[in-house]
Amino acid sequence: MAVYTSIDELIGDTPIIDVSSLSPNPRVRILAKLEGWNPGGSVKDRAALYMINEAEKDGSLRPGQTILESSSGNTGIAIAMIAKTRGYPFKVVLPENVSIERRQLLLTWGAEIIDSPAGEGSNGAMRRAKALAAEHPDWWFPYQYGNPSNPKAHYETTGPEIWRDVPEITHFVAGLGTAGTLMGVGRFLKERNPDVQLWAIEPPAGEMVDGLKNFDEGFVPEVFEMNDGADLLDRRIIVRPRESIEWTRKLIEAGVFAGISSGAIMAAAVRCAEQIEEGTIVTIVCDGGWKYLSTGVWTDDIDVVEARAKQTIYF
Amino acid sequence: MTVTVRLPTIMRSHAGGQSEVKAEGDTIGAVVDDLVRQFPGTATHLKNADGGLHKFVNVYLNDEDVRYLGKLDTPVKDGDEVSILPAVAGG
Repeated sequence: MAVYTSIDELIGDTPIIDVSSLSPNPRVRILAKLEGWNPGGSVKDRAALYMINEAEKDGSLRPGQTILESSSGNTGIAIAMIAKTRGYPFKVVLPENVSIERRQLLLTWGAEIIDSPAGEGSNGAMRRAKALAAEHPDWWFPYQYGNPSNPKAHYETTGPEIWRDVPEITHFVAGLGTAGTLMGVGRFLKERNPDVQLWAIEPPAGEMVDGLKNFDEGFVPEVFEMNDGADLLDRRIIVRPRESIEWTRKLIEAGVFAGISSGAIMAAAVRCAEQIEEGTIVTIVCDGGWKYLSTGVWTDDIDVVEARAKQTIYF
Repeated sequence: MTVTVRLPTIMRSHAGGQSEVKAEGDTIGAVVDDLVRQFPGTATHLKNADGGLHKFVNVYLNDEDVRYLGKLDTPVKDGDEVSILPAVAGG
């Protein structure tokens, strides 16, 4: 094992584990790419590293400059980790209704948290960050929803890793948040094999946020539009909190301790396996379960956990 | 065909506060039209000036986005569930 000089050298090249024991169809393999193995604990390490590296390269991020971003947690944690080691002060706009562990990790890495209203979800946090960025042009605002380095990270790392490890892939099933993973990996895989099907999974977040005044406060990430996401994707599916929790628990049977969004993605992978004759599905396990222990996902009554999940942002 | 339509919070005030309503139609487009006929206040929320769906509205048939099925021409069956949701970010 080599000795590394900086934590961000450990980002990427994550392992893939066969979780076909959970597949309802013996002719369909399900393989899970464990992004929780990244040093910051989630898939977002990749986008954070690319956004920061490219901004340093083009001069838009200068030594000691303050970084501002909005996040429901994982992107914030990833930026905070890299910012800490490189000496950037970091402010993160965070919806009030994320798990306590996300908040604690941000504080651990030295981030300053700016709260945004729970009812407005990630859209509200993003709007607040945009306003703050306009007031403080001296801060660097990576803006993960519109930064081309976000999907580029997945086009140049996650996608090639999957193609290297699983060239027989027929379906890629992943979460849709900023669209970075799906656009980057999806574009890479379809260029190699246009028959690969892309399934986008999301929680019914629009049902859970009740603070939007009208649809004009809805939001489609520029990353999705720049990559013609509507044409690139093949399916887009909601997985509701209860089913997400059930599959987060079932992943334990296959030895995978994962966050709730990964349970949602696994639930969709299983639906996919039921609908196809044969194939190889690759799913993304976005993060480990550590940040969700306080929500009782594995230990409390499922009705109680479901009620909690409906009040919490977990994508 | 009669389907159940789940409404987001921001549309409920135009539907007497209900979170679920019944609507008729053979396709998603017909169901949306019936919804607008029953609850005219929802029209400005759902449709843009050209009569298409608002950019930030996602419509799901049994939890699948209809944009990847047959869009407004997607056929529906008795008892199907249609969900209307604002587009929301994550990350």
